[in-house]
Amino acid sequence: MTQRARPLLLTSPALAVIGVFMLVPLGYGLAYSFLTASPYGGAELPLSAEGYVQILFQRDFDDSLYFSPTYLLILLRSIVLAGLTSVISAALGLPVAWFIASRPARWQGTLLFVVTLPFWVNSLVRTYCWVLLLRDQGLVNMALQGAGLTQEPLPLMYNDGATLVGLVYNFLPFMVLPIYAALERLDPRLIEAAHDLYATRRRAFLRIVLPLAVPGMRAGALMVFAPALGYFLVPDLLGGGRSLMIGNLIQSAFTSGRNWPFGAALSTLVTAGVLVFLVIAARRGRVEATP
Amino acid sequence: MKLASSPKSPSRAIASGAALIGLMLGASSALADDAKELRIFNWGGYTAPDLVAKFEKETGIKVTVDTYDSNETLLAKLSAGSAGYDIAVASADFVPIMIEQGLIQPVDIAALKNYGNLAPEWKDRAWDPGNRYSIVWNWGTTSAMIDTAVYKGPLDSLAVLFDPPAELQGKIGMSGATSEVVSLALVYLGKPQCTAEMEDLKALSALLEKQKPFVKTYDAAGIAERLGAGEVAAAEAWSGAAYQARQQRASLAYVYGKEGVYGWADNVVVPKTAAHVENAKLFIDFLMNPENAAVLSNYTGSQNGITGSGAFMTPALASAPEINPPKGETIVFGKVCPPEATKAYERIMTKVRS
Amino acid sequence: MKRAYDPTHSPGLGAYVALIILFLYAPLAVLTVYSFNGGNLVTVWNGASLRWFEAVIANGDIQDAALNSFMIAGSATVLATLIAIPAAMGLERASRRLGVALGSLFALPLLVPEIVTAVTTLVFFASIKLRLGLANLVIAHTVFCIPFAMMPIRARVRGMGETLENAARDLYAPPFAVFRRITLPLLAPAIWSGAILAFVVSLDDFVISALVGDAGTTTLPVYVYGMIRRGITPEVNAASTLMLVFSLILAGLGRSLSRRRTRR
Repeated sequence: MTQRARPLLLTSPALAVIGVFMLVPLGYGLAYSFLTASPYGGAELPLSAEGYVQILFQRDFDDSLYFSPTYLLILLRSIVLAGLTSVISAALGLPVAWFIASRPARWQGTLLFVVTLPFWVNSLVRTYCWVLLLRDQGLVNMALQGAGLTQEPLPLMYNDGATLVGLVYNFLPFMVLPIYAALERLDPRLIEAAHDLYATRRRAFLRIVLPLAVPGMRAGALMVFAPALGYFLVPDLLGGGRSLMIGNLIQSAFTSGRNWPFGAALSTLVTAGVLVFLVIAARRGRVEATP
Repeated sequence: MKLASSPKSPSRAIASGAALIGLMLGASSALADDAKELRIFNWGGYTAPDLVAKFEKETGIKVTVDTYDSNETLLAKLSAGSAGYDIAVASADFVPIMIEQGLIQPVDIAALKNYGNLAPEWKDRAWDPGNRYSIVWNWGTTSAMIDTAVYKGPLDSLAVLFDPPAELQGKIGMSGATSEVVSLALVYLGKPQCTAEMEDLKALSALLEKQKPFVKTYDAAGIAERLGAGEVAAAEAWSGAAYQARQQRASLAYVYGKEGVYGWADNVVVPKTAAHVENAKLFIDFLMNPENAAVLSNYTGSQNGITGSGAFMTPALASAPEINPPKGETIVFGKVCPPEATKAYERIMTKVRS
Repeated sequence: MKRAYDPTHSPGLGAYVALIILFLYAPLAVLTVYSFNGGNLVTVWNGASLRWFEAVIANGDIQDAALNSFMIAGSATVLATLIAIPAAMGLERASRRLGVALGSLFALPLLVPEIVTAVTTLVFFASIKLRLGLANLVIAHTVFCIPFAMMPIRARVRGMGETLENAARDLYAPPFAVFRRITLPLLAPAIWSGAILAFVVSLDDFVISALVGDAGTTTLPVYVYGMIRRGITPEVNAASTLMLVFSLILAGLGRSLSRRRTRR
């Protein structure tokens, strides 16, 4: 079997499944973005670019177009929040993954299970539990006041900080697991060798552990950033809905807003944007030597 | 540092996976046409288990319940041709759309035995006069719920929510759904529902922008919780949530203002693709019995449209002010707005919440 | 010889991990306690009571939903992982251009907002008249589980290199034996990680599950999410606690079974 045919053969099941069940629906989505909104949901002819136009321009009450930065601001805020979520969960998750990977083999499965068990519980229920913990009369504030550390309840909820906590919480295992998978093959003798050569702990970590973890972090970042962009429940329940996210916009476009073309256009833009970013990153990443 | 695992485990996984899939496909095809079946499609927590059990016992028909989260999901699924549901529950504003798009079928409700029990005002509603397609399941109102421990003034107007006094500022909860905020705001402003007149839109926009600094949350999902826990002292709440919240915090009071309140009604309909239409009609007839309607109301905490059911409801519910609007109170029922209005409202709300 | 320096032990790491575990389990602790809440509101305490556990046990619908969730998640995980293993290997061994193209394709289910996937899949399935009940949902779930299963495996394969496999081939091992005896054990931790991720993601999905799927396919998240409009009751807390207990038992069984097998 030639070297060239093998990758295609190996990826053919995935190609078939995703080709049929993802690309075709996506094609529908792309089509929707160029159609006109039906009055009660759905889309119909005639073809129109209105879905895309609405992202940047609004029609004033007298139907003239004017530039409106509202949606761009929302997009920016969502990107920042999703980016922060990725970075924070990577920073928090890396030590955990290293810890698990460096335990004896028989403990690793159990530790992985311990780390992921909370996520068997429905995300909505988990988010409500955070509400219980973070709100003004919530358990955290009660504990702080009871211990005498604060007088007034801290405003821990209904802001972007609470949204961030909720997002990081939901996405942590998506960082820990791929980093663990990448780190697990590290031979501890490498570190011992480094130590024998007078490397400090820090140096050994930076030059040996971290480069090995990077593919895991990249994989994790993808699994965190893209879905985080589409989240709307956590920003609503924990953030109080005062600040809209892209997820809210797209969700409401397809439901109560009855504006499928707009939702499809937004979604196409977001997907294309992340894809372009991925391709550029892959181009630059491949130039680096892999260990 | 390796996980101990034998090379055999993937093959074992394959075998069990295949078995699982086979089991499931077998199970789903076993749901063949059994005449003694009824499939209900409703909101979560909206179908009283006692009601279902009573129906099953009286008729021997097996009932299964599937749930959805919003009218739009129901509409999308029925439009796409999702099949297998015999009974669905749709809000009043969606019933005309479903009729127009041929998604639900006319059922001869007036010929049913218990039809006489349906209260007269529910026999002639704008969205389905004569009950050709539907009867009301539960209905209620949406208004403002105020914590009288925080605000001691008069509760005769929705201004207390939209133009809040100092003690309520910063403690207001509004819905996250554009249509819910706008419909109540339009009731307060005294403008017609679904208006797209420039004057009205400007007034609406000004009102909501002015209110925004005083609003703590734009999210309907946790309203009862927030009111009950005291997180917000004034909120836009629908009657059921208001009732729930008051169980937790007795100082809450529902506002029946001079502008009126917004009304909602959920209706039982029979989708075109229903497989067991006769059973569906039996169920509708069953619902119009006052005792059964009371069983439902006791569970959902909302009012029904059947005369005489008050006698069978729990006393706390039968006398609750949230579900018993005073006679003469203006109740404005809504409808799904035409696209220009919907777009305008979305634009206004997005700007407010961005 | 006594090792003065153990590379696998860093000071403070254990304490840090304990803190993270506390962070992960704090809501769970709250969840368990509040399942005994006598009141009607999920986040407002009103005395202790078992009534919600009774409600769950009497509620056939929530049990059916939980069963559906597990069946779909189990099947989708198996399928997605089986597809992801060769796909990950093929991706990493492909030429740069092909790798980027395929990688982007496989990442699509992650990138597209869920509501769009849900709505368009619903329309697509309806147009080809695909009516397989739960299997419809399994297909839809498998599609978005594939990238989650693939990611950890890719991260692993990237650093693996072909030396061990080439050595085996040099010793005249047939290709499938190379895969079974060399590649698979090397990939095992990554495969497990991918499978766990896929399972968790499938178990938790509600947007796609709500829209795709005919009667009789309500899953637990759809059930819970359907209650949002009218208010979530502590019944959901009780059900989640029971599910936790159930999964603990399941995992415990799995551990003792695998321990018996790996005694070699």
